[in-house]
Amino acid sequence: MEVKKNLRYTKDHEWARPEGDRIFTGITDYAQHALGDIVFVELPEKGSALSKGDVLGTVESSKAASDIFSPLCGKVAEVNTELEDKPELVNEAPYDAWIAAMIPDDPAEAVTGLMDADEYEKYIKTLEHD
Amino acid sequence: MSGYISNTGADTQEMLDSIGIKSTEQLFDEIPEEVRYCGIPDNSGQTEKTELGGIPGPMADMQTESYIKNLAARNKSAEKLICFLGAGIYDHYIPPVVRHMISRQEFYTSYTPYQPEISQGMLQAIFEYQSMMCSLTGGEVCNASLYDGASALAEAASMACRATGRNEVAVLCSVNPEYRKVLKTYAHSGGWTVKELLPAICSENDAIKRYEAQIDHGIAALIIQSPDFFGYIEDIKAAAEAAHSSGALLIVTADPLSLAVLEAPGVLGADIITGEGQALGNPMSFGGPHFGFMTASEKLLRKMPGRIVGQTKDKNGKRCFVLTMQAREQHIRREKATSNICSNQALNALAAAVYMTAAGKSGLPETAQLCYHKAVYAYNKLLETGLFKPLTDRPFFKEFALESSIEIQKLNAVLLENGILGGCDAGRYYMEHKNVWILAVTEKRTREEINYLAGIISDNFGNKSGVVFPWN
Amino acid sequence: MELIFEISKKGRRALEIPKPDVPGRSYRDNTEDATVNPLSGSIPSKYLRNTGLMLPEVSEPDLVRHYTALSDSNHGVDSGFYPLGSCTMKYNPKINEDMAALEGFTGVHPLQPEETVQGCLELMYKLEKSLSAITGMSRFTLQPAAGAHGEMTGLMIIKAYHDKTHPRRKIIVPDSAHGTNPASAAAAGFETVELKSSEDGGIDPDALRALMDENIAGLMLTNPNTLGLFEKNIREIADIVHDAGGLLYYDGANANAIMGISRPGDMGFDVLHLNLHKTFSTPHGGGGPGSGPVGVAARLEPFLPVPAVKYENGRYSFDYDLPDSIGKVRSFYGNYGVAVKAYTYIIRLGFEGLKQASVNAVLNARYLMQKLAGVYELPYKRSCMHEFVLSCTFMKKYGVSAMDVAKRLIDFGFHPPTVYFPLIVKEALMIEPTETESKETLDRFINAMLTIAEEAEKDPELLKNAPHTTPVTRPDDVAAARKPVLRYI
Repeated sequence: MEVKKNLRYTKDHEWARPEGDRIFTGITDYAQHALGDIVFVELPEKGSALSKGDVLGTVESSKAASDIFSPLCGKVAEVNTELEDKPELVNEAPYDAWIAAMIPDDPAEAVTGLMDADEYEKYIKTLEHD
Repeated sequence: MSGYISNTGADTQEMLDSIGIKSTEQLFDEIPEEVRYCGIPDNSGQTEKTELGGIPGPMADMQTESYIKNLAARNKSAEKLICFLGAGIYDHYIPPVVRHMISRQEFYTSYTPYQPEISQGMLQAIFEYQSMMCSLTGGEVCNASLYDGASALAEAASMACRATGRNEVAVLCSVNPEYRKVLKTYAHSGGWTVKELLPAICSENDAIKRYEAQIDHGIAALIIQSPDFFGYIEDIKAAAEAAHSSGALLIVTADPLSLAVLEAPGVLGADIITGEGQALGNPMSFGGPHFGFMTASEKLLRKMPGRIVGQTKDKNGKRCFVLTMQAREQHIRREKATSNICSNQALNALAAAVYMTAAGKSGLPETAQLCYHKAVYAYNKLLETGLFKPLTDRPFFKEFALESSIEIQKLNAVLLENGILGGCDAGRYYMEHKNVWILAVTEKRTREEINYLAGIISDNFGNKSGVVFPWN
Repeated sequence: MELIFEISKKGRRALEIPKPDVPGRSYRDNTEDATVNPLSGSIPSKYLRNTGLMLPEVSEPDLVRHYTALSDSNHGVDSGFYPLGSCTMKYNPKINEDMAALEGFTGVHPLQPEETVQGCLELMYKLEKSLSAITGMSRFTLQPAAGAHGEMTGLMIIKAYHDKTHPRRKIIVPDSAHGTNPASAAAAGFETVELKSSEDGGIDPDALRALMDENIAGLMLTNPNTLGLFEKNIREIADIVHDAGGLLYYDGANANAIMGISRPGDMGFDVLHLNLHKTFSTPHGGGGPGSGPVGVAARLEPFLPVPAVKYENGRYSFDYDLPDSIGKVRSFYGNYGVAVKAYTYIIRLGFEGLKQASVNAVLNARYLMQKLAGVYELPYKRSCMHEFVLSCTFMKKYGVSAMDVAKRLIDFGFHPPTVYFPLIVKEALMIEPTETESKETLDRFINAMLTIAEEAEKDPELLKNAPHTTPVTRPDDVAAARKPVLRYI
């Protein structure tokens, strides 16, 4: 299970990557493995304002559906429309297949409270023992 | 033993030994004494006692048959009466192949086709059904059926609310009153509201004004029925334009048989098309089982309730069919599902597919055309008696409404005495239309029967050309 | 197999439509130009169909061969063992079908005058009485068309009941519940509160107590639950819910375990639905029609849907006078034809016969469980009722899943059990044999299951590629959902 060093993570298996004034988000390799072949990604509406933990979108496999939660408070600046036709990108390259790019309400504190790679790696290890 | 259980005394003993218990009573050791039922079985045969069980029986097969047949004989079916009653359920002809095909045990004793390898028959049949319904209605996607026309309409309204993020629907009062009642029940629990748009009956000109004038901003959907409860054909295109201009969806509930000759609502701009499928190969059966159908534009696919069958390939590349888009459904999404529906009306939808196949590309329009011409013939015959007058100038299909100078209950009672099941008394549903009589004329009605209807009315109430109507 | 559209040929037809006996142009007069709508000139052209109609063109023999071939690739209860857990795939007696097909039932219009449908009404009335007696409830409605529809109706009744005094908006649903439970709760306007199952697979009264508050409208329970286990603390559970002002809803999906043995009304349930297409032997029809009658305790009667059926002075009639009725959940009176089948079954068996059905359903399940538990994992080591759940996690080391076992069973001529449900058991196989299977069938199934367990170790590929005997194998679900093809064009 790949965990990328430079990203921040949530307990619900979203990742966040600051880039310029934006923070890109998606789901982790662990999450896409657990879901299996993804058949559909429901993207958020551009411009919608979200609080941390709000539903950002949904990913569906043929046998499951899972909500994606916003890892931060902010506005959806852009969505990855490529996923509409190619949801399989989330399986193939979960860390490239970003779902939304958000402008955080408070840039300084945007990723505060999220896990770093080491913490997330430890966290998913505890889940595997379940 | 009932005859449906194979275990003999010896089998039972062997199984108990294997389990390691002494009696079948011990199978229920986990059930606490205080909730065990101690009723004493009543083996008195045919006597119907209300204590234990309140259950007649047990009966032998022969007795069971005569008991049930006796009940059936206490009904007067449309086989014995000449049926002009419609109002959503119709006395259409059903070719024998329909019953023969749906009586194949492989279809009717199977469960929902969860295991595609041994369910290809039902899956393909539903796929074909979906294809036929899409063509008939002009929808792009179709589900595998809902319970009935009324609940299908309620599901459509709920779907429109989800799709638009709005929480009120507007429904014309010319929509079947049973449907509007169900709509309100669903709305109440679903947390959305229903606004009813009057009048129920109007002229051709006012029909269009109704769509336009009363559409508020903020409505999730405009709901119309075509042909409506009184039989009149709605201007779907105008309704669609009115609804879309305010960002609402147009939901049309339609008689599927009418669509063989009337333009497909989807082509005219309807976003969701639903209806009662009974007219397609399903007997009236005192109101059920029939099926509700639903088709929609492709963009609404993921908001749709119910099972959907899709085409795919198996691992050897062979074309096959599966239940698909399942992430919408209750067994996966639980409380976030698009609907709670699980069991649907698959066998009734299959009957419709067989019926549409039997009637076919030419037979379905021919049947529809027969209905129309016979309805027109009956309409004129009844007007000739001078006891009725038309309500509006609007065109109808197989059903029409007349204002009657005779009290409807009295009229229907006289007809029943003469072996005729008269039309629907609109006053039953509409306070303001106490003297309105809605008649349905299917392809089964003959010229003689229609003449007989008009004759009985004339004989009993007089042929009063130029009669003065009490409301004039 | 070819689609019906692919075997169509222009000019073929199955049904002969009579020539018009009233004035009006015959369709045949203008069929030469099929693009001309037969009603042109009669109805304003803006209403007339201008769009092509894609319907089949086949002769009657073509039609019969097509649907017969389709049916040949479908497995029904008459084809063989169908141990689909929670679905109660018992044998569907043929007499039921014949009785429901009597013209005195099928030919009746729902709006006929009451005096012409006394037989229909009597049957409804007596079926309701029978169901009341079997379950210990006070009154029933036959209006809901299926189990989930019944759940929604029952929950609407619970909501309406609370709304009269103090509205409550939450429903407790155990994590082992059928997916329809939370979905129906949502449809009825409730928020779902999930209750975790205890270690023995049941409800932990203390955990339940902790969830109860003034906003809890009730608890939905299946008993026996989806693991096939009876809730031993049911009376305590009922007291906890009732003491906090809530109501108890009984999901009747598993009622085949308890007919004549125990009654939900006596357990303390206030509302329930039954699945006539499970417990009362009516066929599932490839997905429906079902029927989900709802029964209530006396204090909830005023909330039932309209109309109810009543009997007064030797005459049956509809009763629309339920002041607090939730309204209607379906047009007319429900799936009436299904009710005829269920009532036929009930009188054919009588009370003792129904009880014997449940006894044998439990006997068959217990026997199977006993024989399979040594080889397959039994996650909850308690005596099952009419069904039980096994786990296939031990096969994971061979790369084999519960789905592979299910698919391999097809090669042995069996319909697979329910897989991956309930959600609280990993790699679950949920097995419900029903009472109508013989010991010989059960033994054949046991042998197949044991053989498959051996194959999992010795030849896992055999399982992973199963089934080997069907016209198609392992359809690509992912492709179906990614690029949906939902109709023939």
